[in-house]
Amino acid sequence: MELLVASGIGLVAAAGIYLLLRGRTFPVVLGLTLLSYAVNVFIFAMGGLAVGQPPVVTAGGAGYADPLPQALVLTAIVIGFATTGFVIELSLRARDETGTDDVDGRRPEEERGA
Amino acid sequence: MTHLAVLPVLIPACAGVLMLLAGADRIRTHRLIALVAALAQLAVATLLVRGAAGGEITVYALGEWPAPFGIVLVIDRLAALMLLLAALVALPVIRYASNGWDTHGKHFHALLQFQLMGLSGAFATGDLFNLFVFFEILLIASYTLLLHGLGAERLKAGIHYVVLNLAASALFLVGVSLIYNATGTLNMADIALRVAGLGAHEAALAKSGAMILLVVFGMKAAIVPLHLWLPATYAAATAPVAALFAIMTKVGVYAIVRVHGTMFGAEAGHAALVAEPWLLPAALVTALAGMLGALAAHSLSRMIAWLTVSSVGTILAGVGLFSSEGLAASLYYLVHSTLIVAALFLLAEVVAAQRGAGADRLQPAPPVAQPALLGLLLLLGAVSVTGAPPLSGFIGKLMILESARQSASAAWIWGVLLVTSLLGVIGMARAGSILFWQVQPDAQPSVAPGMSWKLYAPPLFLFGVGITMVVFASPVKRYADAAAAQLADRGAYAAIVLGSPRGLDRSARPLGEARP
Repeated sequence: MELLVASGIGLVAAAGIYLLLRGRTFPVVLGLTLLSYAVNVFIFAMGGLAVGQPPVVTAGGAGYADPLPQALVLTAIVIGFATTGFVIELSLRARDETGTDDVDGRRPEEERGA
Repeated sequence: MTHLAVLPVLIPACAGVLMLLAGADRIRTHRLIALVAALAQLAVATLLVRGAAGGEITVYALGEWPAPFGIVLVIDRLAALMLLLAALVALPVIRYASNGWDTHGKHFHALLQFQLMGLSGAFATGDLFNLFVFFEILLIASYTLLLHGLGAERLKAGIHYVVLNLAASALFLVGVSLIYNATGTLNMADIALRVAGLGAHEAALAKSGAMILLVVFGMKAAIVPLHLWLPATYAAATAPVAALFAIMTKVGVYAIVRVHGTMFGAEAGHAALVAEPWLLPAALVTALAGMLGALAAHSLSRMIAWLTVSSVGTILAGVGLFSSEGLAASLYYLVHSTLIVAALFLLAEVVAAQRGAGADRLQPAPPVAQPALLGLLLLLGAVSVTGAPPLSGFIGKLMILESARQSASAAWIWGVLLVTSLLGVIGMARAGSILFWQVQPDAQPSVAPGMSWKLYAPPLFLFGVGITMVVFASPVKRYADAAAAQLADRGAYAAIVLGSPRGLDRSARPLGEARP
């Protein structure tokens, strides 16, 4: 399971970083979203991988899933949701104002000339 | 239990919400609430500094959950000093913005209060994940403040700034969770205790987490090579926002001091001084690159933005020594540079407004209407920011040089800091002579609207605090020395934050054996 989770996080993060480095706002937003997904699963994994365990410590000392990363992930998801919403609105506004979705505000013809 | 410690977070939060309730159009109400909140913030911060000066660490357990299980606010000397600094910058910025900038968009004052809430929380919190949350609060407010006034230039800088910071936030989470995995706690005092007892294997995880956090904080602080976003962003922001942002880079510096100076300091066992090989060289390159950027800048606001980068490098050179003397000198310089940079950003706009079409570009333009007054003020700022005698920059730089005397890299520090001072003098002299002397001879001074004391008072206030720091350099330095000594004393800090031993074996991870 470690291999599956680790390579899954790696794959999603790699895809996110690739998209983040694109020159247009839409792939950049998608990249940020993918990156935050990868990070969320990573936080989860940092509490130790446990399957079918309650997030409660029982008196018997049986296995448990660490509840703290779950709380952290919840916070991170909420914040990530808000910031993604903001960056989408910002991209739309910039597209509106500059007439292009290029992250540097360059128009296509300028790019061809460069 | 005194509730004073939580007020720096609550006052701006309540003020911001009150403004939102009052409605977007009631600008006079907003200004009044903002002024009252800023004065209250200043009073509370002063009380906290007075309380902390004696060496007492105030721990405020939110919801009465004891540390390390709940989140605590911890006000020690450093936190109180940073809170006071934030309040000292916020007050003139609010007054300056009330001259008209706050009507260029909606909710300026409310957003500014939310940013102050984030700043205060980041300075006060004693929990690493809570630091992330407050970082996000201050960043979200800063995104919108940066865009205040809109325009293509701001939107372009805004997209870069927002995307970079979101990527940095993802890294922040990775770093925090790595440290959590290694230590099993998020409370800063608890981490500091546990990191020392880690084995080599787990210390490697904690170290990689600490280095990832160094990248995150380095981005906020604008350390080379993570500084490229800053000049364009600060130059694009409106003057009051840029002045407020002068303290944003210092949040990064503050976090580096907390995490790498204390938690991963000299006593952290296998993970001790993990940032040492990187911080000092990066700081010196930053100081130099910032000054070179200032020399090459083509407008006054961009030049001041580069000077901000350089000042961060100078501060971190002292932090990078990882000694109490270096840290104390850096704290003095940090307070000085925040005040002066904020004043310069405000002043730059007054100059730009009087130059008519020339704005603040460094090229011949119509003369300013008040060359003597503006020239003198800019000279005051230039002398301070470049570290020439007799103002606060000189004293701060001297303290850093003095503390570096014993260091193995003393020659590098002395060389770089003195060369940056020289470059700064050249750059400011060039800028000043172009702005005030290379005027278009036939052009008449364009009388700018609103040339009144309302515009001059805020930068004068900031300069005044800077000069007070010269007059009272000795008590300020004593306070900084004590703050640095307090940061070095991890044992006492942990004992106060975590309370008296509760029968827990603190060397072992709680219930670690039961982990899957």
